[in-house]
Amino acid sequence: MKKQTVVIGIEMHCELKSNSKVFSTAKNGYSVIPNENIQALDMAFPGTMPMVNMKCVRDALKMSMILNCKQPEYMYFDRKNYYYPDLPKGYQITQSTCPVGVHGSIEIICDGKPVKVDIADIHLEEDTASLDHLDNMSLLDYNRCGVPLLELVTEPCLHSADEVMAFLEHIRSIYQYCDISDADTKKGQIRCDINVSIMDEDSKELGTKVEVKGVDFSGVRGTIEAEIKRQIALKEAGRYDEVEQETRRWDEETQSTIRMRSKVDAIDYKYFIEPNIPKFRITKRLLDDIRQEIPVLAYERRQKYLNEYHLDEENTNIIIKDIKMANYFEECIKIGLDVKTTANWLNGIITSYLYREDITINDFYLKPEYLKQIIDAMNEGAISSKQAKEIFSKSLEERKEPKNYISNDNKQVSDEKVIEDIIDNILSQNEDNIRAYQNGKTNMFDFFVGQVMKETKGKANPIITKELLHKKIDK
Amino acid sequence: MNYMHKSIEEIHDALKKGEVTSEELVKESLQNAHEVQDKYNAFVTIIDAAQGGEVNDYLLSGIPYAAKDLYSTSGVLTTGSSNTLRDYVPFFDATAIVNLHKNGAIDIGKTVCDEFGMGAYGNTGHTGSVLNPWDPTRSCRGSSAGSACAVASGVVPYALGTDTGDSIRHPAAYCGIVGYKPTYGMISRFGVLPYASSLDHCGVLTRSVKDAAIVVDAMKGIDPKDMTSWDSSKIHLYESITGNVKDKKLCYIKELCDINNYKNPSEELKKHLKNFHDVLEKIKSLGIIIREESIEKYLLDAISSVYNVIAYSEATSNLSNMTGIVFGPRSEGKTYTEMMKNFRTKNFSPLIKRRFIIGSYVLQKENKERYFINAQKARRLIVNRWNELFAKYDAVILPVGTGPAKYLDMSKNISDESLIPLEEHLQVGNFGGFPSITIPDGFIDELPVGLNITGKCYDDENVLNIAYAIENILGYQNQIAKEVK
Repeated sequence: MKKQTVVIGIEMHCELKSNSKVFSTAKNGYSVIPNENIQALDMAFPGTMPMVNMKCVRDALKMSMILNCKQPEYMYFDRKNYYYPDLPKGYQITQSTCPVGVHGSIEIICDGKPVKVDIADIHLEEDTASLDHLDNMSLLDYNRCGVPLLELVTEPCLHSADEVMAFLEHIRSIYQYCDISDADTKKGQIRCDINVSIMDEDSKELGTKVEVKGVDFSGVRGTIEAEIKRQIALKEAGRYDEVEQETRRWDEETQSTIRMRSKVDAIDYKYFIEPNIPKFRITKRLLDDIRQEIPVLAYERRQKYLNEYHLDEENTNIIIKDIKMANYFEECIKIGLDVKTTANWLNGIITSYLYREDITINDFYLKPEYLKQIIDAMNEGAISSKQAKEIFSKSLEERKEPKNYISNDNKQVSDEKVIEDIIDNILSQNEDNIRAYQNGKTNMFDFFVGQVMKETKGKANPIITKELLHKKIDK
Repeated sequence: MNYMHKSIEEIHDALKKGEVTSEELVKESLQNAHEVQDKYNAFVTIIDAAQGGEVNDYLLSGIPYAAKDLYSTSGVLTTGSSNTLRDYVPFFDATAIVNLHKNGAIDIGKTVCDEFGMGAYGNTGHTGSVLNPWDPTRSCRGSSAGSACAVASGVVPYALGTDTGDSIRHPAAYCGIVGYKPTYGMISRFGVLPYASSLDHCGVLTRSVKDAAIVVDAMKGIDPKDMTSWDSSKIHLYESITGNVKDKKLCYIKELCDINNYKNPSEELKKHLKNFHDVLEKIKSLGIIIREESIEKYLLDAISSVYNVIAYSEATSNLSNMTGIVFGPRSEGKTYTEMMKNFRTKNFSPLIKRRFIIGSYVLQKENKERYFINAQKARRLIVNRWNELFAKYDAVILPVGTGPAKYLDMSKNISDESLIPLEEHLQVGNFGGFPSITIPDGFIDELPVGLNITGKCYDDENVLNIAYAIENILGYQNQIAKEVK
């Protein structure tokens, strides 16, 4: 069999962050108590009407701009009509005629290589209620009903599970950077419909498209890999005609996809423009206003850290994950801290502290200028790295600026004259060892450093000590 | 003394002077309601517990009214005259109701309509047909049949209606009263059971133009709960009625009003159109200029089909929430599909089901372009054509329907396709969201007939003022129905 090219298109649904739902004033928030965050509209009581949440519209337009999509002249919505118990109105308010964005594209990095992903459209819509199926009954929880969703539809332009995951992570990061969504995969805020097909490598004709619907973020990779394997196996066995244009679902337990229905039975959603939401103009002013709110995104920061700051890949990737972390980092660099040192502090002691305290960097007491007090003192030799860590903890514990703990008492001995005297004294008592060192026993150097430290109770500036020692014994 | 037969201004004066109390008015109104219910079946609910209220400077304070059963009333049964909602008690008021209650108005009943406002004869409601108080063998016309009946028979001075095709303005003509639907969005539709959202209007049935102005002044206002509502705070309908209409310009449409356009016209139609032209002559004496205009026949012929396609499409979607799951008497079934299907099959009337099927059909992928999209385009063409008239005229004046009230026994009515444009032209007011008012303009064989005045959007003050002047010269204001046979 010829080598197969995999073609994947993704529909990524992400729950948006907002105070209220997209068309009602009920709270948009997770609740363990069913049917707590609801208004009459969310249960489709007769006579209720949608009210558009402008925060959601702005966020949707923002995302449209980030994805380099074309924004429409007017904002309006459509009804997607179908009957299902989780859809109380009997239709979903969505956008099909005129989505907030069409024909976009974005570059992502996969395996260190840039990949261009084409965006078919992005549109704002409402989520459905959630159903809980018990043995002899089903329970309905309308908390989720009307929660704002952004659905992003790619062209069939992805070719592997790796590319899809890189794409999803990239988009997740944008959502989080812009505070449009927490994009919390553990809370199921991201769900995907995945279209997979295979074709001969040299073919120009796409194979039969199979759709796997409603896949949780955690199931995406498994779904794609299983579906590719299934389709290739059928093709190898000469049974490719059994790959049908159909809708399947991902089964976590068996790690396989299971047939739901044929595309022939596809529902006709009878779309038409939502008459209860008058169309409104999307002005250039509104777009400019929204554009200003877009922060520098992870992808751009990554380039900057690698190329301008010359920070290594590993540290870069950790820092850009969280915009708050990245902002803190950049603030540090701005006030003159060293890139590598800051990265080490940030990804080491600071991260573990934040983790332990379960807080974010925004709630971290040591603002960049406080951190600078510690690092500067260390660089000046006023404190040792061990002392720096002690001051770090103390400052956080007592909520006092680090400079309060940097006194002359525990100051490093940096006076060359003082260190030289001590070195001379030690050397005069160790003539055999000097000879051994000079004859090639190089690890003897550390012995001398150790002796100086012992004499100064660790306060001698190690750099000066080493310099002087080299000067005196390197013959 | 029957205060409920008087105008709102007169009742207000009597209340202010202490001639009567609000409590007495409510009592009188409730008693009238029961009598009219026995005779004509106008009410789904008569609120016997209704009580008098405070009388203040608001013209509507302390005065009873009735609302079409499509208006949600908190704590009061609201059925939409449908079996699907036969037990439904809303926990919120429609915004229009809230606004009326801020004015001190007192709701004494919910009136029968065609199921969810769908129907032309007031005979599809789940509690039976509404009979015409002028002749109980005839229809009040739909869908605001009960409201028209209650006002015409003097139960209340005004009753709320809704108008998707002509559901306020046509019953008004059949019952010899005034029916006014203001510009689309002037009154919030929040809490009003929908039929077809892009065509649905709230409005009122009264016995005089002034009363209509007073009531709509109280009902209207921008509402955050209805995004199609708009700020009309600068519009004061009642205050702007001066009666000064000199040099106002009206037109009528030749193709609808010229008897020579109808093959084998009935005597009734002849009388109706002759009456209309006689009335036009009287109106000219007010200094109003009236001209004849011509409208392309294909546009007039399209009106009724455009209405059917758009209204039924929106209706099938709007009423998809009727599944019996969240509200309404839930049906049994092994699966959710069965539950929904049983509920809808059992509870909707055949007329509504027919409309749902047409609505679904024209929205189907393979039919949408041909029917639904084309209907939208035709709607736009018709509205544009009417707006061309409004560029030259203050309003269009036309006869309502083809004559007086039709028989409830449909076999007795003449059906003639060439009459459809004349029968249905008021739907244009819904296509364009135009302010539109029907007033009585005479009698044919002792039964009332009406004329309609429709103006351009937001020009409600002008439309009402013209209607008021014409009403004055014709003298049919405050008329109470009396059975003629």
